[in-house]
Amino acid sequence: MNHQRREVLKAGGGLGLFGLLAAAGLITPGEARAEWNKAAFDAKNIEDTLKALGAGAPASAAEVQLTAPDIAENGAVVPVGVISTLAGVEAIAILVEKNPNPLAASFTLPAGTEPGVQTRVKMGQTSDVYALVRAGGKFFMAKKEIKVTLGGCGG
Amino acid sequence: MADPMKIRASAKDGITEVKVLMSHEMETGQRKDSSGNLVPAHFITEVSAEHNGRQVLAAQFGTAVSKNPYLAFKFKGGAKGDKLSVSWVDSKGDKRTDEVQIA
Repeated sequence: MNHQRREVLKAGGGLGLFGLLAAAGLITPGEARAEWNKAAFDAKNIEDTLKALGAGAPASAAEVQLTAPDIAENGAVVPVGVISTLAGVEAIAILVEKNPNPLAASFTLPAGTEPGVQTRVKMGQTSDVYALVRAGGKFFMAKKEIKVTLGGCGG
Repeated sequence: MADPMKIRASAKDGITEVKVLMSHEMETGQRKDSSGNLVPAHFITEVSAEHNGRQVLAAQFGTAVSKNPYLAFKFKGGAKGDKLSVSWVDSKGDKRTDEVQIA
């Protein structure tokens, strides 16, 4: 238990420090990018992405909800929201299975931030979209197919 | 320098709701221009939101986030008049920070 807490603090502290440094202009963009999870964002399929995020094989959970339209007319702008009722949500990620790089965005939620985010993503074609949630060190997910009538990548 | 973000933050019943609209091209690096050349990737990689200096959200974006990214989230705490700032860094090292008062 203590171990878990320490990890959370470490993650939070690290990001906070990064933010401060970036704000103060103390670190160059090159160094700043090192924080960005390149392996996860460059992964070409869901399995590699999950591996790069350290998620392994997440369990499907009803406590994770993915709000998105059934049909997206414009794949360039697909509104996606993730809400979880799990306790102690630490991170949320949104993955689009059939995009060139499935990982669209990941969010780190410090204590006190509600476990829910909304954003808009691009989808190249009809695909399953995954909501990945890390709570208490464990990964959970939900998925939903979104049909795209007009692709979002160069279409 | 990129255009300013539109940020709306409102506090209600102890919870602050934040909505951010960033202004950014979000080039994927997979699109071709009219002469068939690949347009190089240029997208926001990291976003951070701070309430009175305390981080309330950190995000990492890939190329699949839509042009002019939208982001909404909520956090506990925050009162009218508090400062809320959002900053982003993109893949070329450009950055921008905007601040609003919670309404």
